[in-house]
Amino acid sequence: MPTGVRADRVSHAQRVGLGLSGYVMIARMWVRASLAYRTSFVLLSLSQLVVTGMDFLVILILFSHTDALGGLRAPEVFFIYGSSAVALGIADMLAGSLEAVGQRIRDGSLDSMLVRPIPVLAQVAADQFALRRIGRITQALVVMVIAIVVAPIDWTLAKGVLVVLMVFAGSGIFGAVFLLGGCFQFVAGDAAEVSNAFTYGGDALAQLPWTIYPKELLRAAVFVLPLAFINWVPVAWILGRPLPLGMPPFMAWSSPVVSAGFLGVAGLLWRIALRSYRSTGS
Amino acid sequence: MRLHCLVAISAFRRYSTYRWATVTGVFVNSVFGVIRCYILLALWDTNPHIGGYDATDAVTYCWLTQSLIMTTGIFGGSGVDEVATRVRTGDIVVDLYRPVNLQSWYMAAEFGRSAFSLLGRGVPPTIIGALLFGLRFPQAPLTWLAFTAAMVLGVVVGFSIRFLVALSGFWLVDGRGMLFLINTAGTFFSGFMLPINLFPGWLADLCYALPWVSMIQTPIDIFLGQESAFDFARGFGTAVAWAAVLLTAGHLLLARATRKVVVQGG
Repeated sequence: MPTGVRADRVSHAQRVGLGLSGYVMIARMWVRASLAYRTSFVLLSLSQLVVTGMDFLVILILFSHTDALGGLRAPEVFFIYGSSAVALGIADMLAGSLEAVGQRIRDGSLDSMLVRPIPVLAQVAADQFALRRIGRITQALVVMVIAIVVAPIDWTLAKGVLVVLMVFAGSGIFGAVFLLGGCFQFVAGDAAEVSNAFTYGGDALAQLPWTIYPKELLRAAVFVLPLAFINWVPVAWILGRPLPLGMPPFMAWSSPVVSAGFLGVAGLLWRIALRSYRSTGS
Repeated sequence: MRLHCLVAISAFRRYSTYRWATVTGVFVNSVFGVIRCYILLALWDTNPHIGGYDATDAVTYCWLTQSLIMTTGIFGGSGVDEVATRVRTGDIVVDLYRPVNLQSWYMAAEFGRSAFSLLGRGVPPTIIGALLFGLRFPQAPLTWLAFTAAMVLGVVVGFSIRFLVALSGFWLVDGRGMLFLINTAGTFFSGFMLPINLFPGWLADLCYALPWVSMIQTPIDIFLGQESAFDFARGFGTAVAWAAVLLTAGHLLLARATRKVVVQGG
């Protein structure tokens, strides 16, 4: 540094502010770019809607052969499906681009992000921001709202609050999984596919009731990768059913805590990964 | 013919280079295999004989779909998808200069690719599925032979669909939307998401009449040995008919595209 000004002396709060405003700026740029081709934007949003709609069609076909899956009836399963799909949709829109960090590492374009005065995480997450993913969120949200109306739930204020908390917490958990996938690509060249197993695989898991899976899988979804807290744990309480793995009822409220903790761990690993980064060039 | 064999062999080598991609691919397919197995088992638990399958058949079906993803290229990953990019960048000119038909060249490459995918991406998930859930394997050697023939036909049908899509790049410039559409249709109509036997009657009839059925449902039904003589004839008949129609269409369209192509620059 030529003068006495230390550029790295930015307080933590300032860094967060920089990250957020940088994120919004980059995302807005991508949105404007995509809206330049309106027809293409509408078609792509619609196709996103159709693709996630297919998962739902599968659940409908399953219920044409039975009244209950894992002891839960159709509207209850729709609620589970919707809550997971909404959370994944939000996380995918906000942080799905982390999957592409491997590409930037390989072609060296991550370097140009390192010299910009915005936290790298914000830049990578906002890169190629795709508003069209709103198609997926809309479809899932419609199913979830219908399920909320139709499912036999005794609504209380507490349950309503928990639904909102659950959507945020679930998005946070999926976001942390995207972030971990990004970290892993610093270690293993192009391993974007591995994170698919946990993001889209996690969604496939969380779309259906916990009661159809064996205990070992549930334990893994609680203790290894906290996918059970995306929706299963709070939904079980909202539906008035026993919580997975015999958890006490107050655990229904633990999702936001788990989500924050998981995001914290993933963020820490991201710092380590970024610090270990050595550019490809010579 | 010798040239085409060489093209196929080098395509096989090309895809076998990406070892870690193969390993991670198998891992992802297996994770999905496990999740989808439990979903099907939950259904068969309530109703043990849906669509003429028992629970073991359903589990076998589930793992074979994961094994066939790359082999018949239901989501893409096929080399022929490059044609659209090569049209956009102009590299296609190099292909057209070669004294070999573009269609047969890419088809030979596709056979090489899918032979590798069968070994690298098809066999491992099947073994994992067999160890975790216990699958039903055919006993008669003739069934294995018919299954192989059905897979080869599936590869040909898959290729001929994607070749047409790739050629659409000559007119659309950006063929990505088309590719997305065709992958989505294939995922659903092939029986990949659920066995077609579970679909309502009219939808099942539609699926059996469309080409994608040859890429997933037909080979698996032969593998499960459930076929009546009618199903057997219908499965092979549909595959052969679609392969003939789509390959001819590809041939004709290629001729038109070649006449249309204008190369920019010096």
